Formats: sequence, structure tokens, C-alpha cells
Amino acid sequence: MFDTNKIREDFPILKRKVNGHPLIYFDNAATTQKPKQVIDAIDDFYEKHNANVHRAVHTLSQEASELYESAHEEIAGFIGAKGMEETVFVRGTTEAINLIAYSWGLRNLGKNDEIVVSLMEHHSNIVPWEIISKITGFEIKYADLNADGTLNYDSFESLISKRTRMVCVSQVSNVTGVVNDVKKIGKIAHEHGAMILVDGAQSVPHMPVNVKDIDVDFLAFSGHKMLGPTGIGVLYGKRDLLGKMEPFHGGGEMIRDVSFNPKVRRCSTTWNSLPWKFEAGTPNTEGAIGLAAAVRYLKRLGMENVRKHEQKLTEYSITRMLKSCNNVEIYGPRNASTKSGIVPFGMKGLSSHDIALFLDNYGIMVRSGFHCAQPLHEFMKLNSSARASFYVYNSVEEVDKFVDALKEIGELQ
Amino acid sequence: MTGIDDYIARIDGTCGKEKDVIVTFKYEKKNDAIQRILKRATLKKSIAGIVSELSYGSYSFRLYGSGKVILRGLESKEELNSLLGQLLL
Repeated sequence: MFDTNKIREDFPILKRKVNGHPLIYFDNAATTQKPKQVIDAIDDFYEKHNANVHRAVHTLSQEASELYESAHEEIAGFIGAKGMEETVFVRGTTEAINLIAYSWGLRNLGKNDEIVVSLMEHHSNIVPWEIISKITGFEIKYADLNADGTLNYDSFESLISKRTRMVCVSQVSNVTGVVNDVKKIGKIAHEHGAMILVDGAQSVPHMPVNVKDIDVDFLAFSGHKMLGPTGIGVLYGKRDLLGKMEPFHGGGEMIRDVSFNPKVRRCSTTWNSLPWKFEAGTPNTEGAIGLAAAVRYLKRLGMENVRKHEQKLTEYSITRMLKSCNNVEIYGPRNASTKSGIVPFGMKGLSSHDIALFLDNYGIMVRSGFHCAQPLHEFMKLNSSARASFYVYNSVEEVDKFVDALKEIGELQ
Repeated sequence: MTGIDDYIARIDGTCGKEKDVIVTFKYEKKNDAIQRILKRATLKKSIAGIVSELSYGSYSFRLYGSGKVILRGLESKEELNSLLGQLLL
């Protein structure tokens, strides 16, 4: 049984007050709060096991290395990857996509090549490609959306051709919460000989995601959006694809040999095995250990249960907002079964920042602005949007308080 | 000599087409800042002491009880500083 009250006891921050009111945290699409199990795992590492990984033969380094490697295995198992060699730790989704853009795109995309990107993407799945495109001259085709902000699959399919080398798409929009059928898109991409890169920042934390089932080539996601620490994220890649790619960063850990040849006075290098080839330098060990603890926490809850809980809150909040606040507008689809736990909205005559500041007075945290997805807002002709986004510790009672506060803000108009 | 920095903790430009500016007052100075602004600006509307809609010259803005003010239509940092100086000092 999904017991929100019991879950809330694990999150120390939920005991605090903001502006005299109990904290209601509805900004989970930006980052999530951390349970004490994650905080304790990080504390335990620093109190008992801290050392640099893969560097020394002493006991502490061995313990730290084992914890770090087992974190890779934990995350690999969570998403159905074959093992740690397919699970590269990075700083977050942004770095994961940059890794692909620089390690693969820079070397493999030329003037006759194209990639297809959806218009609903977060800037992190747009900007790296625009940067590399300016260097190598490949073309970026942007797939249109439907008027409600959902993906236009026909537009997507029409843009994929023999020249397409990569298709880049979010599994869940960080603005509308729309869930995209990445399995279908991946199948089309593969039929044309292209690869698919999925931004899983808003999907992996909120629903069961199995890379074998959806058959994607790359999947990027962030630890801090799934109860884990900031500064740690994951790039999943099929082993043979990662194996063929050149490293992203150079330095310690990612090499097997660096040998100086006195005749030519140069060093030659060979790369380490996966995933270390892509993890140059001393890694974020505490972040990896914290993320593994977060994954264990989510596995205990069950990702199907997480999804159902968020859908319940989404449906309830949309219904109550539309019923109780006559000047509120919900952006994008309203059917909770097609969405993640994200509700973008606006109120006539008020900027999203006014809404967010007003709610802040009641201790209710929501995001306002473009949410790093300006092209999607432009497509939907929105100046900005307010966004309530739910997670495992949010409750129906909190939604009630949120809607009651929204009713008051209507008086401003 | 007191300056606007004595009152202000942060100034953030918002993202979104509106390009609003949100000024957050220092916690220990927020009540003083709010009182000063309420004294100098014209109150157009107030909701439960949480938010006040105000005007000052050609400017209109909203002041929140949490110690934040959201300003619109400012062209430059100099204009922002000048307005804040007139409201606070």
C-alpha cells in the first residue's frame, strides 16, 4: 500500500515551515527532496569509507570502490541495462546529452547528415546539438507539435530519412508532463538506420522505464530529480555504441596506459574499459552512493505505485483547479493517464511569477517561467507558465491547500 | 549612509517573455522595506495582507508580505536602482 503519511516521515525537510505555513513542495520537476535514507547513505560514506576510488590498494579505497561500483550496478538494474558497462555516471542529464553530442556528434555528424529533435525538448536537448551543428555543419530538423503541446508523430516520422543519424526526444515533457511513445519513435528511427537518444529526466523518476523494453540507444537522467543528490546523473548507452565512441573528457581513471615515446616526444594513450572510459577524474562518489540509496528507496515503493500515485494527484488537482478557480487555465492535455505528475497552468491577467510569489506566501513552492523550454512555450504561444509537479510525498490535502490559495489569487484580477 | 543594498538580498531577472524583475529584501529589513514602500506608493488593491498592488509614478508593481516585490517594464539596471532608491531611501 502507498502510504503517503509514512513516506513523508522519511523527508526531514517536510517538517519545516515557510512563511509561517507548512512546506508544500510542488516543484519536483525541478528537483526533489531527499529522504533520510539518502542523507544517511552519504553520511555513512564520509563517516566510514571515504577514499578515492580505483586509486589505491588500501582498505578504505577498496571499500569506496566497491560502493561506487555497486552503485553502477544498482542503477543498471533499475533501468534494465545489461550492467555497469552500460551505465556512465555524469553530472546530470545535461552533461549526459553533451557527452553524446561531443563524443559522438562532433566526430560522426557532417554536412550531409541530419538529426531530428522535437520542439518540446528542454534546452539541454537542443543547445548542445545547435553548438555542434555550427562546428560540423549537419542539419537539425525540428519536429512540430500538436496545438495542445503533444508530439505530432506524423511530423516526426516525415522528418526521419536516410540522412537522419540521431533522433532526440524526451520521454516526458518537463512542461506539459506529456508521456511520449519513445518505443514507437525508436522503432521508426532504427528502421531508417538512425539512433535514438531519450531525455529521461522526467520519466525515470516517475514511472517504470526499462531500456530493453523501449529499445533506446541512449537514455539520460538526473539523480536529483529522483530523490538523489545533485551533481550526479546517468548516461545509459548500448555497450557496443559506447564502446565505439571516443572519450568525452581526458584525464585520470579514463585511461589504461599513457606512455611517453622519447623518439617522437609524444604520449600515446589507450582507453580504460566501460564505463570508466567516460568517467575522467575523481568521480562524484558520494553522489553515486546517494543515488543508489535513492533507487533502493524507489524500488521499495515500486515504480508502478509511484506512477499511480502521481496520476491520482494530477487528476485530482486538474479537476479541482477547473472546478474551483474559474480564471485558471491548464496548458496541454488534461487527461492524467497520458501525463506524468506535472500540471502547467496560468491565470488570466497574471504572470506566472505573480502566481508563484503568491503561493510562496502560503509555503507552496511552484515553478514559474519557461522551465528551460522556451521553444515549447513559443509554440504554445505562452509568455511563461506556472507549474505544479508532484512526487511520492505529496498528498491530496496539499492539493486542496494549493487550490484554496489559487482561489484567493483570483481576487487580484 | 544608507543605500538600497542595505535593504536588498537579491535581485533576480525572471525567465519568460515578461522579463520581470523580482527584488527580495533582507529578512531583517523586510518589514521596514515594506512599510517604506507602502508609505510612498499608492495602494490600488490588497489581498489579506499577502499582496499589495501598488503604483508609483508611471510604475505599477506588486509587493508581497514575504518580502518580495515584482517589477515590470524596466529598461535598465540604472532605472531599477533609481526606482528602488525612490521607494526605499
